[in-house]
Parts: sequence; structure tokens; C-alpha cells
Amino acid sequence: MSHHRVVVEAVRFAYPDGTWALDGVSFELGHGESVAVIGANGAGKSTLLLHLNGILTADSGRIVVGDLPVAHGTLTHLRRTVGTVFQDPDDQLFMPTVFDDVAFGPLNLGMPEADCRARVRDCLERVGAWHLRDRPPHRLSGGEKRRVAVAAVLAMSPDILLLDEPSTGLDPRGRRQVIELLRGFAHTKLVVTHDLDLVLELCPRTIVLHEGRVAADGPSRTLLGDAALLERCGLEVPVAARPCPRCGFAPGLAEG
Amino acid sequence: MHMADALLTPEVGGTMWLVSGAAVAVASRAVRRSADSRQVPLMGVLGAFVFAAQMINVSIPGTGSSGHFAGGLLLAILLGPHPAFLTIASVLVVQALFFADGGLLALGANIFNMGFVACYLVYPLIYRPLAGVEASGFRRRAVTWLAAILALQLGALGVVLETTASGIAELPFTAFLAAMQPIHLAIGIVEGLITVAVVEFVARAEPGLVDPAARQTGRRVLAPLAIAAALISGALSWFASADPDGLEWSIARLTGEAEIAVPENAAHRAAAELQGRAALLPDYAFPGADEAAEPGWSTPNAGTTVSGLVGGTLTLLLAVAIGWALRLRRNRLSAWPR
Amino acid sequence: MNGGGHSLLDLGTLDRLGQGDSAIHRIDARAKLAVTLAFVLCVVSFDKHAVGDLLPFATFPIVLLAVSGVPVRFVLRRLAIVAPFAVLVGVFNPLLDREVVASVAGIGISGGWLSFVSILVRFALTIGALLILVATTPVPALGRAALRMGAPRVFVTQLLSLYRYLFLLAEESRRTLTAYRLRVPHDRPPSWRAFAAILGQLLLRAVARARRIHEAMLCRGFDGEWRLIATPRMSGRDWLFAVGWLGFFAVLRLVFPAHALGLLLVGG
Ligand SMILES: Nc1ncnc2c1ncn2[C@@H]1O[C@H](COP(=O)(O)OP(=O)(O)OP(=O)(O)O)[C@@H](O)[C@H]1O
Ligand SMILES: [Mg+2]
Repeated sequence: MSHHRVVVEAVRFAYPDGTWALDGVSFELGHGESVAVIGANGAGKSTLLLHLNGILTADSGRIVVGDLPVAHGTLTHLRRTVGTVFQDPDDQLFMPTVFDDVAFGPLNLGMPEADCRARVRDCLERVGAWHLRDRPPHRLSGGEKRRVAVAAVLAMSPDILLLDEPSTGLDPRGRRQVIELLRGFAHTKLVVTHDLDLVLELCPRTIVLHEGRVAADGPSRTLLGDAALLERCGLEVPVAARPCPRCGFAPGLAEG
Repeated sequence: MHMADALLTPEVGGTMWLVSGAAVAVASRAVRRSADSRQVPLMGVLGAFVFAAQMINVSIPGTGSSGHFAGGLLLAILLGPHPAFLTIASVLVVQALFFADGGLLALGANIFNMGFVACYLVYPLIYRPLAGVEASGFRRRAVTWLAAILALQLGALGVVLETTASGIAELPFTAFLAAMQPIHLAIGIVEGLITVAVVEFVARAEPGLVDPAARQTGRRVLAPLAIAAALISGALSWFASADPDGLEWSIARLTGEAEIAVPENAAHRAAAELQGRAALLPDYAFPGADEAAEPGWSTPNAGTTVSGLVGGTLTLLLAVAIGWALRLRRNRLSAWPR
Repeated sequence: MNGGGHSLLDLGTLDRLGQGDSAIHRIDARAKLAVTLAFVLCVVSFDKHAVGDLLPFATFPIVLLAVSGVPVRFVLRRLAIVAPFAVLVGVFNPLLDREVVASVAGIGISGGWLSFVSILVRFALTIGALLILVATTPVPALGRAALRMGAPRVFVTQLLSLYRYLFLLAEESRRTLTAYRLRVPHDRPPSWRAFAAILGQLLLRAVARARRIHEAMLCRGFDGEWRLIATPRMSGRDWLFAVGWLGFFAVLRLVFPAHALGLLLVGG
């Protein structure tokens, strides 16, 4: 199935104030791939995601999601195909209760109420949050918010998941839960994150963005062990990929 | 500046509910028509912003008291009158529900005093024409400041009018007015300065945010005003025809001649009261109808009042006892393991 | 009209109480809203000197408090906080209306005192009932109820989104204020200039948040229409609650049992 492919070709984008956030980004995602996008603050990661779900439109270049190019006429289709979990779950959970929030997407797609109820239940159960259904979002913990946000996106039954920093602000347990949750999805995934250990666990492939350009694109184990590259892009080698200080064993090189 | 249920009669409270309710309906339609889906989250978040802003106190120089940021005019400048009105109305509803500021019946009056006045009187009639479409810095600042002061003054006037028209409080119109207006002038001067400064700040950081409604036609904005005027005058004339003395009394009260006007009409009033007794709600009294100096239907009879007080107190005790019993039962039930 | 920190606390308390569970919490929000409205209307429709006739109405808040388990102390404290305006305006009544209208044990009671006490009783009843309504009903349910009872959808949407972001922005403003306080030597509230700068910052942040929320909404197919799944019908229990209380209020309003009881005991 070439169906859930994503092609990004020489995309350039400047914000209205003149900041060049993307300066010629190109890559491809294959069906079912799980790819991490890493880079320093302001590298353009979030801006890139906003192009893939059609919120922002590239000044030049081309983006194809599935078989359709991202353009004005294809936005409805695009938003069914691509589900985005945003950086701040408070921006994403805007409805008065968890149940209403998860139901928001399916209702907008015109799903009948009975089906919608079943879909909401199914999605909340998949993320283990069905017991939270009547809570208002402001009474949820960070991890719970994140899980509900994922459920709300799943309710649209997307083929491709975009996640912006899914593990920031979570305690170790919440982070672990989110990682396990994402591991369980067979979707094509693009994960923007600063959590390089999460990358090693979840994404075989990594794209490094630096100042709006792709600085590197390859197997995570290799890239995350490349101290010179990471240093140049304002990042550092994750603990899990560092050579053991006692015996000198380097996990990145050994398994990569 | 919140009106309270306890100071309002159903007539006054109901009329204000009608007016504010109609304005909410008109504004909702206008916002829905505008079909700008960005407004939905913007209104919600800015409503929350007004709340958050009101949680920070400002010291008013000279008076030593602290005022609060009302924000009706600011929102009208940022959002346009219809969305601003809905936003302020929603803030007042939440204040009524969560902070018990005002109450349910007083909600109509409060929405009128703090939202309607700023968004549909001061904004379209004062701010818009004077500030112009491309107002220069100083002129816009001055107009914003004056408009903010005026909005607060008119709002305070509304509180005084509604309170005196209800007549539950005995405070004479002029005395109440003399207390309310200067206090709110002081608050208004400071609030005006803050509004000006915030508008400047926003205009510098994101010019697109200020006055998006500047080029809208003015006539549509005046619709709520016309409807409100019609409703208020309709209610006034209805009450006037139902109880001429009530209105006369209110006006006499407003002009401070209550003491002189009352005794003259005592007989007439007693007749009106008799009529009232025969109606569905026997005790239903228009403001002042029970002001008559002579004992009779209109003044609470000494005997019935005492018996009423005794009976009332007894029922209150009974109710407390029932509540106590229910509470005990509840606690016992919830103490059992389930 | 209320000081900063406390109101935020109370907001949180009420919100938490509303999420609780009791026989009253489980009653449909429409029934509770309609009964509370009728209650307020009945109470304020009495003559301005009415005190005795108003007292039996206290049955409603008392029973609801007892059954719902909402702490009495919380309601009383909140009442005390908002009382000043009504008290301040009403306190002139005894001075302005000195005509003696009743005497108890030889002591004359003036109309002014009666109407002042009446204002206080009205105040406690109406505001108390409202507080109990909110303490036993989650706000989303109240919003739905208002929608079903004919409130414009745009307005209900606005109310519920305001409620959604209230806590977040209140917290943000509290943090900003703390940051300000930590940087000024004195412990006074900010001057209007500093206040305006703080507000401007908060406002810009709020606008940026609104933009991000809008993006998230668009990603989930938002087209300007805010859709909610319908609420279930009112059950027999809900109807019983509504009709029972409305009937009770009607009896109190039309038959004046307090008078009758008093007459029985003390005679005309
Ligand atoms: N709304 C905006 N207006 C103007 N410039 C913006 C806007 N949003 C982002 N930028 C700029 O675009 C660049 C890329 O920002 P982006 O948010 O994509 O970075 P990021 O990689 O997601 O960073 P972070 O790790 O901090 O989330 C930055 O220089 C930023 O300052
Ligand atoms: Mg980002």
C-alpha cells in the first residue's frame, strides 16, 4: 500500500514577520514507518507538522499525503487522514468534558450519534481513560490529558499520526505509559520530540532539523550516537546511546 | 457594581432579563452569521482573560480602595460589539454562578449595566464615531479613556435606577446617585487609563487585533439598542397602565419628592391594592403600593405580621430539623461499607 | 467585588463539589435549573416587608444541602463574602422608614427594620439556592440544560469555552502576578501602569492560545458549528423532583402556611 505515504519536497515557509522557519525541507515517509523529528528549539519542528496537517501552507515546495497533494481542495480529506496530537494538550482539549472532546471530531465528520458514542468509548478504552469520561479537562493530570488528547485524535480514525512532543511535562510513569501507548499503534507515525531516549525506544528512523533544514536523515541508533552531528545541531547524545563510562561499551554502535 | 436579587422586584428584574436576553439572542445570531470560526475559541479565551484580569487588584490613587477591571469596552475594541457583548455576558453568568455575585434574577440587570451599556451604547455611539477608522494615537487614546469612564458611569447609573425603581431599598434616588457616581468616576478614571494602556500595548505588538470591526456598518450594531429601547418603554407603559400610582411613585421617588407625593394618593392606592389582593398573587405589590400611611390592606397589619413572624420562624426551625435528620441519615448510609 | 486569591479558591471548591455524587447531583440539570429559577422568582415576588412568609422557603436550600452533602460552612462563608452590597444598600431602610408596623412584647418594630431583615432573608435564600445549584451540578451539564431550555447555541458555546479556560488563565495570571511581586520591593498591588503591562502580556498570550486552539479544532474537522451529543431524557425521578418542589413553592406562595400557623399559636 503506497497509500499512507508522505512526501515532502523542498518546502520553504516564512512566518508573516519574516522568520524563515522552513528553508527547503525534503523527506519521505513509507507506510507504517515510525520516524522521529529532532532539533533544537526553534529549528522548525512544530512548523513542519503544521504543514503536514494543512494549517500552514508552504510558500514553495510540495507536500503529498497519501495520493493527494496538500492544497485547499483536499483539506477535508487530509484532516481525516492525518491526526495531530499537539504540543500542549490544553490547546487540544477544548470541550467541557472528556467525552464531549473525544466526540467532537466524529460529530464533525457527520457520524450518527449512536456510532459516535461507541467510537468514543472504544477510543477512550484503548488509551485506558474511559473512567475519566465525565471529567472536565482541567481536572486531569498531565498524563491523563495527553492520553485523552490521543484518544480524541484516534476517534477520527486517521492513518497517519503526527505527535508534537508527546512526553514533555510528564513524570517518568506518565511518560512510560505514553510510550507504551504509541508503541501499540500500527499507524504511520511522525514524532517530534526532545526526548531522545524515547526516540531510541519508539522510532527506528530519525530526521534531524537544524535552522529549517534537514541536517541528517537515517537510522536513529547511528544518528543519536554521532556526537559531532548532534553538537552542531544544538543537541547532545542521549544517555542510553553514550558509551558506558566503566567498560567503554557503546550501545548505539553495537546494535545500530 | 453587581446588582443583587434581594434588591430587585420581579418586574424590574424581569424587564432587564428580557432586554438582556433579547440582546444575547441578537448578538448570537450576528456572531453565527459572521461565520468566522476563529471567533469561537477567541471569545472563550478572552472571556477567561477578563476573569483572570479581575483577579488582580489595582490600587486607585487617592481613594485607597481597589477597583476591578471590567473590560467591556476593551473587548468591544478587540472583538467588535456582538462577540464582546456575548463574552461579557458569559463572564457575568459565571460570576453569578461561581462567586454568587448578583444572583439569577439580577443577572439581566448586571448584563445590561456592564455589557450592554459598553458594547451597544458607548461603543457604537461614542467610541466608534469619535475614534474614527484610522484614528491617530492621541485622539484614539483620549476617546478610549473617555469612553471607558462613560461606560462605567452609565453602568452605575443603571444600578441606581434599577434599585430605586424596585423600591425594596429605601435609599432615596439622589442620595444613592450621589454615592455611586463619584466612586465609579474614580474607578473609571483608573480603568480608563488601563484600557488605554492595554490597547496601546496590543496595537503595538499585534496591530491586526485592534478594531477589527472598524469597517463594519454601524446600523446592524444598533439593532440591539433599538430592541432594548422598545422593550424597556413597553414594560414601562405596561406597568404604568397596570398600576399608574406605582410609576408615579417611582418618578416622585426619583425626583426626591416621595414624602410629599405619598399621602395624597393613599386612597387611590388602597383601591389598587384591593385589586391586587383579588389577583392571582395576593401579596404581589408594585413598588410603593404599600407606602400608604393609613393602616389597612396596604401596610402590614401588626397582628398578621407578628403571627407571620412566629409562624415563619417555626417553619424555619422545622425545616432545619428535617435537614438535620436527612443529613444524619445520609452520613449513616455513606458510613456503611457498600 | 471579591478579592483575588479567595475567589480562585472558591471557584475550585465549587467546581469540585459540582463533580461530586449524591441523590441531588444525579437529578437532571434541567429540573434543578427550572426549580431554582422558580424558587428565586417566588422569593423576590413577596411584599417588601415580608419576613415570616419568606422563612418557610428555607426548606428548599436546607433539604438540598442535607441530601447533597454540600458543606454548610462553605455556603455560609460564600454568603458572608458577597453580602456587603445588599447590606450596605439595605441598612438605610431602618433610618428612612421609621413607621411602627408591628409590636412584639411591647417593643415596636418599624417598617424599615422589617424590610431590612426581608432584604437579608431574600439575599440568603436566593444566593444560597444558586450556590447549592452550582455545588450540585457540573457546569457542562448546566450548559446542556440551558441549551435544551432554549438558550442560543452560540452563547452556550461561549459559556462552556469560557469555563474550560477559566482555570488555566486564572492560574496564568496568578503566576504572572507572583513573578511581579517577587521583583518589586514593596508589598502593594501593582500600579495601573504595571497592571496594564501585565494585562497586555496576559492578553497576547491568551490570543496566541486561542489561535492554537483554533488550529487544533480545524484538525478535527471544525467548521464553525459546535456539536454536542444529546442529553438523555428526564427520568421519572427528575420529574418528581421538579413537580414536587414547584408544587411546594406554589403552596407557600399562595396559601401562606406561616401566617396560618402563627395565627393558630398567637391568635390574630
Ligand atoms: N507564530 C509565529 N510567528 C512568527 N514566528 C514564529 C511563529 N511560530 C514560530 N515562529 C518562529 O519560527 C521558527 C520555528 O519555530 P517552531 O515553533 O517550528 O520551532 P520548534 O522546532 O517547534 O521549537 P520548540 O522545540 O521550541 O517547540 C522559530 O524561529 C520561531 O521563532
Ligand atoms: Mg515546537
